[in-house]
Amino acid sequence: MVGLEHYLILSAVLFSIGLYGALAKRNAIIILMSIELMLNAVNIAMVAFSRYIVPLMLTGQVFAIFIMVVAAAEVAVGLAIIIAIYRHRETIDATKIDLMKW
Amino acid sequence: METSVAFWVLASIAVLAALAVVLVRDVFRAALSLILCFLVVAGLYITLSADFLAAVQILVYVGAISVLIILAIMLTREVQRGSPSNRFRLPAFFVAVLFFAGIGYAMLNTPWQISSTPPLEPTTPAIAGLLFGEGGFILPVEIAPLLLLAAIIGAIVLVREK
Repeated sequence: MVGLEHYLILSAVLFSIGLYGALAKRNAIIILMSIELMLNAVNIAMVAFSRYIVPLMLTGQVFAIFIMVVAAAEVAVGLAIIIAIYRHRETIDATKIDLMKW
Repeated sequence: METSVAFWVLASIAVLAALAVVLVRDVFRAALSLILCFLVVAGLYITLSADFLAAVQILVYVGAISVLIILAIMLTREVQRGSPSNRFRLPAFFVAVLFFAGIGYAMLNTPWQISSTPPLEPTTPAIAGLLFGEGGFILPVEIAPLLLLAAIIGAIVLVREK
């Protein structure tokens, strides 16, 4: 029987994979995709809590909707920044974008 | 019984697709497996009887965000260089494993108060009541379009040709 812990562990696995991708990748678009993966993992945990702990209140699902709104805004601005950087510097390698590094 | 079979199938596809996102060399294939992962997460919402959220997931993630990501991949000619790792590959791996160990330990050792009530079965009216009704989340609902408007204006300003 599948319970709350299964969904939580799945969410932790997806979040850790996203964390690895966000830390270890050089392509800025892959980093953004890893962040989307982490947001999705959080959403799974939210909906699982909502389903198994307060099944009649649905607060977790409402939180998941707001996370989706923020993720949509984040991906729009993030990709716009990546395209602007690509126009100026001809690269989106995160290790070479170091203008603000001391 | 059907739910647990669906859970195991969907969960294994989700983990494999997520691994492909960070391990595949081709950026475009990574984007495609990310879309597969989004679709599978929508299926997982259905096993959690969150029907409205599954539809929103398909509309927002599979429909909109994936198109944006693929558009950005096509606008930047970084595809030929693939998706290499930086020099923090091993430390990042250890950080991710440590994070997983910590959070998994916390999740498995917390005594969750699992309710035995069956879930609500169409959830859309209840979510609408929560979002727009008395004592619900009306203030965040009003702030969300403001955030989206700011994001749209910001994106236009950022990519505008000088």
